[in-house]
Amino acid sequence: MTVPPALRHHLPVAVLAALVIAVQLTVSALGVPQYLVQLTMAAWYSLAALGLCLFMGYAGQVSLGHAGFLAIGGYASAAVSTANLLPLAASPIVAALARAGLAARGIDLYGAEVLRLSPWLGPLVGLAAAAAVAVLLGLPSLRLRGHYLAMATLSFGIIVHRVVIGSPALGAADGIPDIPALRIAAGLAVTGRKALRVPNYYLAWLVVALGLELILNLARSRAGRALRAIHGDEDAAAALGVDVGRAKLAAFVTGALYAALAGSMLAHYNGSIGPGEASVMKSVRYVALVAAGGMGSAGGVLAVSTLLTFLSLRGVFGLYDDAVFAAILVAIMLFAPDGLFRALRLPRRRAGPQRAAGRSA
Amino acid sequence: MSDVPRAAAMPAVAPLLEVAGLHHWFGGLHAIDGVSFACRAGAIKAIIGPNGAGKSTLFNLVAGTFPPAAGRVAFAGREVTGFPPHRIASLGIARTFQASRLFPGMSVLENVMAGRYVRGRSGFLAGMLRLPSARGDERDARRRALQMLEHFEMADLAGADARSLPFGRQRIVEIARALVGEPTLLLLDEPACGLNIRETERLGDLIRGIRSRGVTVLIVEHDMSLVMGISDEVVVLDRGTLVVEGTPREVQADPRVVAIYLGEA
Amino acid sequence: MPLSQALQYLLAGLTSGAVYAIVGIGFNVIYSATGIINFAQGEFLMLGGLIAITLQRLLPLPLAVAAATLATGAAGVVLYLVFIAWLKNPAALRMIIITIGLSILVREAALHVWGDQVHALPFFSGDETSSVAVLGARLSPQVFWVMGTSALMVATLGLFFRFTLLGRAMRACAESPTASRLCGIRPSSIVALSFFLAAAMGALAGAAVSPITQTQYDMGSSLAVKGFTCAVLGGLGNSAAAAAAGLVVGVLEASSIAFLPIAYKDVVALTILLAILFLRPEGLFAPRAARRRRRAASAGPAAGVPAR
Repeated sequence: MTVPPALRHHLPVAVLAALVIAVQLTVSALGVPQYLVQLTMAAWYSLAALGLCLFMGYAGQVSLGHAGFLAIGGYASAAVSTANLLPLAASPIVAALARAGLAARGIDLYGAEVLRLSPWLGPLVGLAAAAAVAVLLGLPSLRLRGHYLAMATLSFGIIVHRVVIGSPALGAADGIPDIPALRIAAGLAVTGRKALRVPNYYLAWLVVALGLELILNLARSRAGRALRAIHGDEDAAAALGVDVGRAKLAAFVTGALYAALAGSMLAHYNGSIGPGEASVMKSVRYVALVAAGGMGSAGGVLAVSTLLTFLSLRGVFGLYDDAVFAAILVAIMLFAPDGLFRALRLPRRRAGPQRAAGRSA
Repeated sequence: MSDVPRAAAMPAVAPLLEVAGLHHWFGGLHAIDGVSFACRAGAIKAIIGPNGAGKSTLFNLVAGTFPPAAGRVAFAGREVTGFPPHRIASLGIARTFQASRLFPGMSVLENVMAGRYVRGRSGFLAGMLRLPSARGDERDARRRALQMLEHFEMADLAGADARSLPFGRQRIVEIARALVGEPTLLLLDEPACGLNIRETERLGDLIRGIRSRGVTVLIVEHDMSLVMGISDEVVVLDRGTLVVEGTPREVQADPRVVAIYLGEA
Repeated sequence: MPLSQALQYLLAGLTSGAVYAIVGIGFNVIYSATGIINFAQGEFLMLGGLIAITLQRLLPLPLAVAAATLATGAAGVVLYLVFIAWLKNPAALRMIIITIGLSILVREAALHVWGDQVHALPFFSGDETSSVAVLGARLSPQVFWVMGTSALMVATLGLFFRFTLLGRAMRACAESPTASRLCGIRPSSIVALSFFLAAAMGALAGAAVSPITQTQYDMGSSLAVKGFTCAVLGGLGNSAAAAAAGLVVGVLEASSIAFLPIAYKDVVALTILLAILFLRPEGLFAPRAARRRRRAASAGPAAGVPAR
């Protein structure tokens, strides 16, 4: 059966939509609605994995600090939405925010009066912060060769982890609790409340479907082809007019935005966020998911990520959780790195002096 | 042989490509020593010389792979010295590589479509949102790429994995990829490398065909039969200096050129 | 800050710096022989400490430490043989990811064997209350053990590479595996030896520092990153520079307490690493040629930035 091109283009998202609905109905029918919680969380984590898939799979780069961006989004959302500005109520900035409707008085859990910012500022700040950090980190890092880029992004991830775990303002080792719901519309909010479980599930998967669609669109576009060209051969891509530095940066920032959005939503959904979200283990997890999903296959990454994250959240891997993801990563990199990194096909290089760019004929 | 009017017969027109006083060093080696020449529009100009003469270095300086230590490169009257490769490409200069560097993991068609990048406008955001500009670029790239493949009689290979093709075919796909962006100047880096006699002859016809479409060609080459057969003008390099410049016949007869090639034991 | 306190911090920095130096040298030993950046290097220190802690319940302390060193060395060789030896020409990036994964697996295994508590080896001489006065600062004698064993290892390694046939064979292999093979040197044995050396050195350092810093299953990864910082700072493959870099990083880290909250101490080494990678990836002590080649190379399209 030949599928007409217009339909074929939308097939992946259509399949996803069908699966999402089918799973929800199945879960309800089987009487295990709590599965929806893990499936919703898996959706958000998969959104982050999709972001990394764009950077690592399509553009052929590497980032071992992806969890750092998720943490930036999550902690920004958490900090902004839990910050009590009452002590600063008199200052002009806070007064202006209040007048603009971006800050409102209320009562917190313990009955005390607070002045809170509009929760929507949280994700916005998170996205902006992630984008800014991605640009600052990306500009000097993306021109580094593979293994140096890996170490630079790894360092970034560890720095984020140390900063959040060491800052009392960010809750130190305990993280930030009591994150309020993020209100979308009347009756719909990003929150872990049981009554809104099903709407949150669909909301998360709607965002993921959108994220998937955007990446698939990109893959089929001029800019997407430029990324794949960079993955294939940077010099040849440049000779065709591709500004390699800018394209890599665009992919890096987009990946960071996906992760930051996921982090923000997770913070509101879980009602809390902790330093564990920024750990090296989490970054390694995302790399493992992208590798296992087939790197350049957004659909594959989504499927693998959803399945493994769901199993992990349900505790199926028990105490061996981290080990499972590490083992998957090692196994794939040992036996099937093909189609993963172009660099893997090249003979091993010694770091240090490169060959000079010009040949003498 | 050449049906393009000789430069002397035409009114004075500014050359398309001008290289003036180029110098470059690699460590202590003076790889390019004061090279100057010009290439007029519509010509096929070849750069030849023995091994180590600096042909590749000169080529890379024009292509923007690295900036010259000294000297100027001008294209269509405009300073392009030190421009990075992607800017050079956006100005209408396309190049091929000595070992065909087709993109692995992409089909022949996708490789050629990639060559249309320089003529597109849609960016990252437009691509993700599938804006009309992105869809237009996509249609344009596909149409042009298919046309180009048909012109080279390779339309049936469109879906094949580019790296799986035989060497000579890959070379042609790479040239197609370079041409689909409608460049004004095409730089060919030893296109005959690794080709047999028959393939080299077909390459010669192909290059003449390119010129007849109005594309100027600058070619670095070792293969004398190709160079002498198709070039309008030839530049001879030896140890970084330009020794002779002239028509193939003039160059072949020049005793200095003979000495250079015979002297290289 | 009173001088004795400053001295205290300085010496603490030198102590941890000595450990970082050993990790960095471990990176270099393997890198020189194979071109691989072995991220599991930090785990060798952890294993050395934990294995020694277990063994010293059965054996006298010196024997326990020696046995732990040998056992960890063997573990290094096993790691190489099982996961790395059979790979054909793997790229550096692939190896970093594989070794990161392996380091996690080793760490998880250690977690299951020794749990997540903190363990410590008994002090080599004296106990936790003994101290030696040095210029007004009070030092545990263990500090001398750490610095001493580190210095001894560095010196021995240097002599080994210079004056023994095997050491020279290893250097030859690093320069040119093909030429070495032609001379009858088996590269795979050399590489296995390099893994043994790197692991054993790490283990000894891990055991020596255990009484001071305690040993925990997850101490490996931050040591690996800091050790890598030293290796890169000195220029990959340059062990003498890595040793010096280790001391520098250790002291900088320790003195950061003066102006940075202690919780951010780790960030110091990481920032140094980022700075080096961004500004001088060939290391501070790389020959001029390497710097020029990097500049020429980065002038190419990959960087999109013209040469300086």
